[in-house]
This record gives sequence, structure tokens and C-alpha cells, in this order.
Amino acid sequence: MADKELDAGKRRFLIAATSVAGGVAAGATAVPFVGSMLPSERAKAAGAPVEADISNLAPGELMRVEWRGKPVWIVRRTKEMLELVKESDPKVADPTSQRNPDYTPPYARNEFRSIKPEYLVVVGICTHLGCSPVDKFKAEPEPFAPDWKGGFYCPCHGSLFDLAGRVYKNKPAPDNLPVPPHTFLSDNKILIGEDQKGA
Amino acid sequence: MAGTEKQPVTGAGPFNGVLTWVDQRFPLMQLWREHLAEYYAPKNFNFWYYFGSLAILVLVIQIATGIFLVMHYKPDAAQAFASVEYIMRDVTGGWLIRYMHSTGASAFFIVVYLHMFRGLLYGSYRQPRELIWLFGMIIYLCLMAEAFFGYLLPWGQMSYWGAQVIVNLFDAIPLIGPDLALWIRGDYVVSDATLNRFFSFHVIAIPLVLLGLVAAHIMALHEVGSNNPDGIEIKKLKDPETGRPVDGIPFHPYYTVKDIMGAVFFLIIFCVVMFFMPEFGGYFLEYNNFIPADPLKTPAHIAPVWYFTPYYSILRATTETFMWVLAAGVIGYSALIIQAVGARAVRLAVAAIAVLLLVGFFTIDPKVWGVVLMGAAVLIFALLPWLDRSPVKSIRYRGPLFKGALAVFVLVFIVLGYFGTQPVTTEGTLLSQIGTLIYFAFFLLMPWYTRMDKTRPEPSRVTWEGAH
Repeated sequence: MADKELDAGKRRFLIAATSVAGGVAAGATAVPFVGSMLPSERAKAAGAPVEADISNLAPGELMRVEWRGKPVWIVRRTKEMLELVKESDPKVADPTSQRNPDYTPPYARNEFRSIKPEYLVVVGICTHLGCSPVDKFKAEPEPFAPDWKGGFYCPCHGSLFDLAGRVYKNKPAPDNLPVPPHTFLSDNKILIGEDQKGA
Repeated sequence: MAGTEKQPVTGAGPFNGVLTWVDQRFPLMQLWREHLAEYYAPKNFNFWYYFGSLAILVLVIQIATGIFLVMHYKPDAAQAFASVEYIMRDVTGGWLIRYMHSTGASAFFIVVYLHMFRGLLYGSYRQPRELIWLFGMIIYLCLMAEAFFGYLLPWGQMSYWGAQVIVNLFDAIPLIGPDLALWIRGDYVVSDATLNRFFSFHVIAIPLVLLGLVAAHIMALHEVGSNNPDGIEIKKLKDPETGRPVDGIPFHPYYTVKDIMGAVFFLIIFCVVMFFMPEFGGYFLEYNNFIPADPLKTPAHIAPVWYFTPYYSILRATTETFMWVLAAGVIGYSALIIQAVGARAVRLAVAAIAVLLLVGFFTIDPKVWGVVLMGAAVLIFALLPWLDRSPVKSIRYRGPLFKGALAVFVLVFIVLGYFGTQPVTTEGTLLSQIGTLIYFAFFLLMPWYTRMDKTRPEPSRVTWEGAH
């Protein structure tokens, strides 16, 4: 053994083969660990639609409903508020919600972003980095916008949304506030998490 | 029997026998000599050289207090907030241990920022210390991760919404972003699953990596030797008889004693903050974090803890109109590189990268670029060893260009930090945008202004401030 010449090629091959086999084994072992950090089955199951009773919602008011851990806002807009939405058309980046079809179901892809113009239903999570914007419904001069037409202001990074949840131009948020799948069960009940039938 | 050939340990009085026994089985005296008794450090260290050892002190404080906090804390979304209140009110001395830990977190960043500033002052990142600097940069990144994961644990409003915003940064990455954010959270929103894993990262994963990196940082330092306020190599001039640098003194006892004095002064200030102003006006502990996390309502004003705010300002500064300014900057900068380098391949590569960036600026959301700029602002420090082309290392021998640039950079860092703590205003955004441009210009133009600068010749021996 000792006086045999060293076969460098064979040694290199064995080192490479061992490294590759070891690397594959290590990679395969990582799979369950990486997988364990994905949402669990329990987390995936917790996503049932929720029902919201809007009979007590006064005109000009907002109510919050929790759906999949996220705040969903239901706003009952007055005629003046709907007028302000129209006035905001030139200020918003995507007035008819064409940019990201996932964020607005087809039945809400209109100026008011709603099934019934009176009721706005949106997920109250800014499309920038996920803060929940604050409602500033009064059309009055604000520090962040001197000619404010009413809407939502994100305290984190200053994105502005009009009273239809449409994002203002030149703000950090790229998209309008998402409209969740929803349907009217009756005049006073909205089911959030399920699409409107026949839409 | 190599061990028995070693000389017996002397000079430790009654412990000579025990130490000899250990030394014959473990390189005890070798470690002692190489890292303390015979590690020759330049004799002209000044005030700025306290912060390395202070960083180790704070690391020890954080680990020690952390061990005791974990004995009472519950990493559970339903119990976390109450368990922190329990530590504050019912655990004997719990309030003190928690305030040590929370004050320690801010102190860590103060010390590390001053330690990094020392590197900028005296060119400590320059050849042959590039790797020390890179290890240091990775430590800085780990520290940011550690602070971020730890901040979720009290499960207050700022914990929750801070984590929500930072995890959503990953969501901005094209293609893989949304799945990556989901994987980090372990749920569709920041939830109990997120809290549990952040707890795991905060108490075990990151601290382990951090300790290893600190060891690597010090080993690399002791391999090449410490820099000093004159920025010259003391190893160039050695005593011909002993082979020791003539301008070096043994780390122990000279610098151990000096660092103990620094530690005493540091701990006095630390205690004043910890006992009398642990919240530090809402900068060390934010008032909104005394409200339990509410996933349905973001606080009216949210801001990260102060040590992240310069980068947060850069993130917020990146709006749609700012993309035009960035585009102009990329065109100008690539033109500057192209006229400066002769190699055709490099010129083509720079032009290609510039075109790709320009296309990207107007096809990918500004949100993504905000995240990219924020990441780049942190990582760009790592390039310093290669951006700095000055013939001298220390600010003492540099000219007005570098001195001015460094002063403006420090000012901009503070201004960006200030605006990061404030609500968004038009003026604040504009100033943050100007600040962002200056921040990057400091680094990216460095190869030019450091070469043009009027430097003075370096001395052959270290100078000692006490001498003049």
C-alpha cells in the first residue's frame, strides 16, 4: 500500500463524488425544515367567509370586520362622498382598477369600486407595505394634501386613497386597496370571502 | 508527548500548578499570549478605540439579561404581551432585567455606529483589513435582524405593525416575493406562528451566528494587527532584537486597563438611562408599544426604533417622481464610469447595467426600488475598502474633500434618521430625497474625490496626541 503511487485523478474523483452525494443529502434534508416554516394546515383552514350585518351602519360611517386576520372596511358613502370620488378621478393612478386584476373582482371594476355605489367594501391594508390606513373622510386641507378630497391616509409611508380606495398618483403604494370577494345576502347582510354569483 | 515539552506556567502564584496542567492539554498560554499579553496594539489609540470592547460588553449584557427574560416570557400571541407586563410588575427585579435588555439594544447600536464611524475616520477598512470590515458588516446585518426579531416579542402595536411592514418588504420582490413573505410569516398575516419563529431566531439562531462572527472579526483583527489614528502600519518598524513593533504595546495590561476605564464611564451613562429614562422619550421604547397588538388598526403614527430610521427614510423617499431623479443619477454615474475606465468590456457592461436599471425603474413599481435602495444603503458600506482610493488612510492626513464629504455624510445620516421618526410631510419627503442622493453620492463618488483630494504625507512613526 505505502509504496503505491498516489492516483491524483482518482482522489479528485472521489472527493468530488463524496461532495456531490453529501450536498444532495444535505439539500434533501433541508426540505422538511424549509417546509415546516410554511403555513400549517390549521392556518390554511382558517379562512372561512364572514358575514357582516350592515343594518346599523349610518351614512358616512365605516365599520371594520375581521376576515382572514385582516381588517375589512365597509363604508356607507353619502351622495357628497360619491361626488368626491368623481372629483378624484384625475388625481388617482388607476381610476378603473385595471392594473392588478387580482385586487378588484370584475363586479367591482368600476369608478366606485363596488357592487352598490353606496357601499364600499375593501381590505384595509395598504398595498405598499401592509399598514392599515386611517380614514380621513372630511374634504378639508390636510398636512399631507392641501386640497384633500376625503379618503384614507396611510400613516406609515404617506400613501393616499380616495373614498373608493383608489390610490393617488406618485405615492409609494402601487395599487388600489383590494376589494375582497363579497356578495350581498340581503339588503342588510354582506358575505365577505365569497364572490357574487353570476358575476 | 508534545505537551510535556512545554515550559511550566510561571507568574500565577498558587495557580501555577493548575495552569501548567491545563496548558499541557489545551493551548491556554498560547491563546493568552497571542490575544492579550503579546498582542501588540499601536500605542496611540484614542477615545474612538473604546467602542470595540464596549460592543463586546453590551453583547454580554444582552445575552445574560436575555437568558433571564426567557425564563418568564411566553412566546404566544395570546400571552406574550401579558407575560412582559408580568416581568415588569411581578417578577422580582424583572423590570430591571428588562430595562437592561431594552436599553442594551439601543446602546448596542450607538456603540456599533460609533465603532463604524471610527473605521471611516481612520480608514480601518483599508487593505489589509478588508475582511475585518466585511465580518463587521455581517455582524451589523445580524444585529439588525436580531433587533427586528426581538422587537416583535412584546407583541405591542409597534411590534406588530413594524413586523408587518418589514415582512412586506420581501413581498415587493418580483416573482417570488409573495410566497417568500408567506414563508417568513408562516401565515397569511403576522400571527402566533410568526411570533414563535421570531422568538426562535431571536434567542438561538442569530445569537449563535453573532458569536461566531465576533470570534472571526477578532481573529482577523489579530492576524493583521490593529489600525490606529495615524493609519500607518506599526508592523513596518520592528525592534531588530525582539521583533516587536516599536510603536506597539501589549494589549494586556495597557489596553485592558484603558478599556476597563471606558467600560466604567459607559456603564455610568448606561445606568443613568436605564434607571431614569429607560423609554428615552419614546426613542428606546416607543409609547405605542404599551398597547397590545391590534391586527385591525395601525397606530396613527408608526416609526421604527431610531437605529433603523435613516434607512426607513430612504424607503419612504422613493416615490414615482423620484424615479426620474434616480434615472438621471444612473445616466450621469454610468457616463462618469465610462469616461474613467478604458477597458471596452467594462464600458459595455456598465452601459448594459445602466440600460437595465433604467428599464427597470419604469417597469417595476417604485415600491420595489424603495426596498432595493434601502437594502443598498445598508450593504454599500461593505464596498468601502474598494471605493476609497486615497493614498492615506487616516483623516489626519486627508484633504478638505474627504473631510467635507464625511461631515456632510454624518449630517445626512442624522437628518435621514430624524425624518424617519416623523410623520410624512411634503418638506420631509423632499429633504429625505435630497438626503438619499447625498448618502449614495458619498459612497459612489468616493473613488474620484479621494484621489483628487490634497493629502499630507503620513508620518513614519505614530504620533501621540498627548505629545503636542
